[in-house]
Amino acid sequence: MIKVKELKKSFDDLEVLKGVSTEFEKGKTNLIIGQSGSGKTVFLKCLLGLFKPDSGTIEYNERVYENFSKDEKRELSTQMGMVFQGGALFDSMTVEENVMFPLKMLSKMKLPDMKKRVEEVLDRVNLVDTNDKFPSEISGGMQKRVSIARAIVNKPRYLFCDEPNSGLDPRTAAVIDNLIQEITHENDITTVINTHDMNSVFEIGENIVYLENGLTAWQGNKDNIYKTDNKKVTDFVYASNLFQKVRVAQKEGL
Amino acid sequence: MISKYVKSIGQYFIMIYETFKRMTKSSELRRLILQELDDLIVSSLGIVVFISFFIGAVIAIQTALNFSNPFVPKSLIGFAARQSIILEFAPTFVSIIMAGKVGSYITSSIGTMRVSEQIDALEVMGINSLNYLVFPKIIAMCMFPFVIAISMFVGIIGAYFAGVYGGFLSSEAFFTGLQEDFIPFQVFYAFLKSFIFAFILATVPSFHGYYMKGGSLEVGHAATTSFVWTSVIIIFMNYFITQLLLS
Repeated sequence: MIKVKELKKSFDDLEVLKGVSTEFEKGKTNLIIGQSGSGKTVFLKCLLGLFKPDSGTIEYNERVYENFSKDEKRELSTQMGMVFQGGALFDSMTVEENVMFPLKMLSKMKLPDMKKRVEEVLDRVNLVDTNDKFPSEISGGMQKRVSIARAIVNKPRYLFCDEPNSGLDPRTAAVIDNLIQEITHENDITTVINTHDMNSVFEIGENIVYLENGLTAWQGNKDNIYKTDNKKVTDFVYASNLFQKVRVAQKEGL
Repeated sequence: MISKYVKSIGQYFIMIYETFKRMTKSSELRRLILQELDDLIVSSLGIVVFISFFIGAVIAIQTALNFSNPFVPKSLIGFAARQSIILEFAPTFVSIIMAGKVGSYITSSIGTMRVSEQIDALEVMGINSLNYLVFPKIIAMCMFPFVIAISMFVGIIGAYFAGVYGGFLSSEAFFTGLQEDFIPFQVFYAFLKSFIFAFILATVPSFHGYYMKGGSLEVGHAATTSFVWTSVIIIFMNYFITQLLLS
């Protein structure tokens, strides 16, 4: 579980996070939604330790991150997996080398064991016959799957995903959403996903945090998002004609 | 403006400090150093040999053409070629050429990793990205004085070919000039400064790549800025070391 209290972060004169407070539950897919510029990516990077917050606290398993020793912080980072928006795969490495990289750098496993583990995770994300290919030789959807495989190869306790569906067709996006949700449930990990994709909200939104202007404007789940009276949330979620029709249907119980 | 430069200088030294902290796993580090040796040193040998040979040749021809007085011994062509190549051309100008070739490669490769979030990926995994990316380059560039030695050798061969086969002096006169008033300390001075330039060549372009902001257009901009600053620092350090060691 991750607890965030009054998190603030500014860049020069621009206050991006103005006091975000929320909780991300273990074993669930936690979604952060909000308009562009609402502070989602900055918030995620604060959770990952890539940005140092100006004030506020982040608790991992009821322990405040700021109170962690250097070794504990390093240990925590080995328990985190991250799926970046663009995949962030290492261009000069093959698919197998990319997925094996965290094991080579952080574990004491022997090469045959590492290869076995890589095969397991590549199989889990449904990637076959791609081991020797370079990231530039595979499709965007496959790159995302490699990125997920690399994020989970070390059996993390926390999985973070920044816009995992961006640039993907709806069918591939749904496959990626389901894959992340399955992995979350199978391994009982805390998954936090930044997304703009409303299909993801209705498919895998077990806990949804809506950010607006650097603050938590609403929190709920996929089952109660259509009942909310929060106009800012409904204006955002039901911005398209299609989703307005979905909302009407949901209200009428269709 | 001044505060921006002071901040950048401070950030550069912090980067150097961070580079030597939290070392990458030794097996991976060995692989990275060998890779960098290939990318930075071995792949530069061709251009260094080509430029050194012809610059050495031009130095011999220019020296010969500017000595019209018959009382000036022809062996001076060999002497002038040796002094120009060992003291300045090989260590300083080859370093500036390398700032263009190796420097822009380092800035653009690290900058691209920054833009595509690969550096963030390393940090999230708990890896010291500065050690992973910059340290192997510093170690590989320790071999740079060998490149300079090759440049000196090939430059003098170029001068020999142009001087002797161009009909400006005899082979004996060239070798007489080459050995005249030889001061071994000058070779030490040349290698010492090429060692310092190697450190600048590895770290200044890395700094510009690592701390760049923006997209692919800014990667190109950072590579250009890196070349300018690496050249400026090399030329300034050349003056400083020369003043310190030879005057």
